[in-house]
Amino acid sequence: MSRLELKELYAGFRDAGVIKALSKQISKEAERLCEPLCIMEVCGGHTHTIMKYGLKQLLPQSIEFVHGPGCPVCIMPKERIDQAIALSGMKNLILVTLGDMLYVPGSLSTLAKERAQGCDVRALYSPMDALAIALQNPDKTVVYFAIGFETTTPMTAALLQQAQEKGIKNLLFHINHVLVPPAVDAIMQDGEARVNAFIAPSHVSVISGAKIYRGICENYATPVVVSGFEPVDVMQSIAMIVRQKNEQRCELEIEYSRCVTMEGNLKAQEMIEKYMKPRENFRWRGVGDIPFSALELKVEFEGYDAEKIFASQLPSQEIDDHKLCICAKILKGLANPEECSVFGTACTPNQPLGSCMVSSEGSCNAYYRYAQV
Amino acid sequence: MSQIQLSHGGGGEETNRLIREMFYAHFANDILLAAEDAAVLSVAKNIAFSTDCFTVSPIFFAGGNIGKLAIAGTVNDLSMMGAKPLYLSAGFIIEEGFETAKLEQIVVSMAQELKVSGAKIVCGDTKVVPRGSADQIFITTSGIGGILKPGISANRLNEGDVLILSGDIGRHGAAVLMQREGLGVRGNIQSDCASLWPAVEALLRYDISVSAMRDATRGGLSAVSNEWARQSAVCLELEESAICIDDAVQGICELFGFDALDFANEGTFLIAVKAKDAQRALECLRGVEVSKNAAVIGRITRKKEGRVILHSAHGSSRYLEPPKGELLPRIC
Ligand code: SF4
Repeated sequence: MSRLELKELYAGFRDAGVIKALSKQISKEAERLCEPLCIMEVCGGHTHTIMKYGLKQLLPQSIEFVHGPGCPVCIMPKERIDQAIALSGMKNLILVTLGDMLYVPGSLSTLAKERAQGCDVRALYSPMDALAIALQNPDKTVVYFAIGFETTTPMTAALLQQAQEKGIKNLLFHINHVLVPPAVDAIMQDGEARVNAFIAPSHVSVISGAKIYRGICENYATPVVVSGFEPVDVMQSIAMIVRQKNEQRCELEIEYSRCVTMEGNLKAQEMIEKYMKPRENFRWRGVGDIPFSALELKVEFEGYDAEKIFASQLPSQEIDDHKLCICAKILKGLANPEECSVFGTACTPNQPLGSCMVSSEGSCNAYYRYAQV
Repeated sequence: MSQIQLSHGGGGEETNRLIREMFYAHFANDILLAAEDAAVLSVAKNIAFSTDCFTVSPIFFAGGNIGKLAIAGTVNDLSMMGAKPLYLSAGFIIEEGFETAKLEQIVVSMAQELKVSGAKIVCGDTKVVPRGSADQIFITTSGIGGILKPGISANRLNEGDVLILSGDIGRHGAAVLMQREGLGVRGNIQSDCASLWPAVEALLRYDISVSAMRDATRGGLSAVSNEWARQSAVCLELEESAICIDDAVQGICELFGFDALDFANEGTFLIAVKAKDAQRALECLRGVEVSKNAAVIGRITRKKEGRVILHSAHGSSRYLEPPKGELLPRIC
């Protein structure tokens, strides 16, 4: 049996020759565009690719990017970080979460600072590691602060299923899983946004199927291309958008056909449905309240829901961003990070004022790390 | 004696036995065996002096251990200044209960690594601390070297200098990370941990006009190149495609979202040479095992002072920033 080499998964999709050829093709076809293109890349992963590989430099002036709300860390409001911090300070409790969450500023502190003060906060590479931690610490409560879009949600569901099957009682969940389409709707309905095309994240669609973007495509009459994360993928998707525009089509297309189908992974979708249901409301950092834009555990799994179990001890006051931070505008595609007065000065990855600077998928972080020459 | 006891650090008979049977046995040389309160050395006029602490976790990793690292680390710091490593001191802080066999293994690798540069350990100290007060073993080495070629300095880079990298990057960081986090990734990544003196010696022997050298340890190539850009107020322009990264290292980066440019190296260094000598320098380096994959990766310009520019093969450019804060603690 031959083993799939990781390299095969990306090498061809970074090929300089292919990228250059696509750049030429796009520039040529873009001459026929009847209006400038304003493409929102919904997902922070794409922002990262665009900046890291300097793709903007390879495109004509008529094509512009707007960086959407698509980073699960960036859209986490401060009050939910405060809840994580409150949990981490409880006796005999271990708070586990994914790496970047540790550095996101809450109202007064970060999980990393709390850890330095002696709280037991641990960063996970894989959510499944939470299981081992719970097993190794039977006399403590382990709370998994779950974050992410549709992609990571099935992992959380699988973790809960495992905990149930193995009869592990000391693993609880604080669910912060959010959904992509309602957020895009909220931004488009805001009226201010200038977006006229979308690049949608393939990893979300591997799970949910490309079908979840059909509404966006139809409601706003914009092309939507579901794209992979390598530079060739993104360039190819832009070429597809330009072609749609020139042919006056507004369709949902899949660039990333190596894994994405219209229907997605039905098993994973079932798994999510078994354990979670839409939340009536979730406050997105920057964008504000969006109904049914996030998930929570179903009532029958309340026994695993840290938010319910510790309800009386968790802060719930809504807290706004630092007043100089324009993350909100950036998330809506109304400004670029460089327009923020503290970008790169008072706000850097080492001392982030806003969450867009913390996460490696945040727009400000990508602009800072991969500043274009 | 199968475990190190508190008494081994007490200064009495057990301490003496440990010193004799372990340290003297493996590090033996006249100066050390004289057993004076301080080593008496006669050295040249211009010497380089450096010190470094080692707390790497895990202490044994693919391609080396804390002992090999402690020698190579200080030897490399001296070498980077164009100084031949001569005399080292070694301080050990050992946690009570540490297996003696492991200590011996560490000391043996130190002795072996010393042979590469010919440096000697001439003094040392051992302390044993109660269980829980240290994590197994920490080592400090200091060293002095005789400067063979004065004027090598990160503050004196010149426009037009050519940048050569001595090998592929990121292997030490990736090896330690993989082992420590139990990442469950199968792959054969060996740390690049090695003494660089043979490579430096070759450069000096052939009188290559070296402006500066620096080993790309913590923070990797990103950190070193940014330090240089700032210290000499010049611009380092690098060609991304010339920087060699092992497939397995790149794989780890893909999986966990790291950048190999930020990963620590313990046997890879960056060299700035005058353009006229670049080709000869490359030949020199390629003739030495530790730098056999040396390649030209860029040049020094004035395009943007204090910054590093990375050019991609597909024609875009961006600034390379130094890595952010707590990338990987206890990597060395
Ligand atoms: S640079 Fe910092 S403060 Fe400004 S918008 Fe970005 S995250 Fe907010």
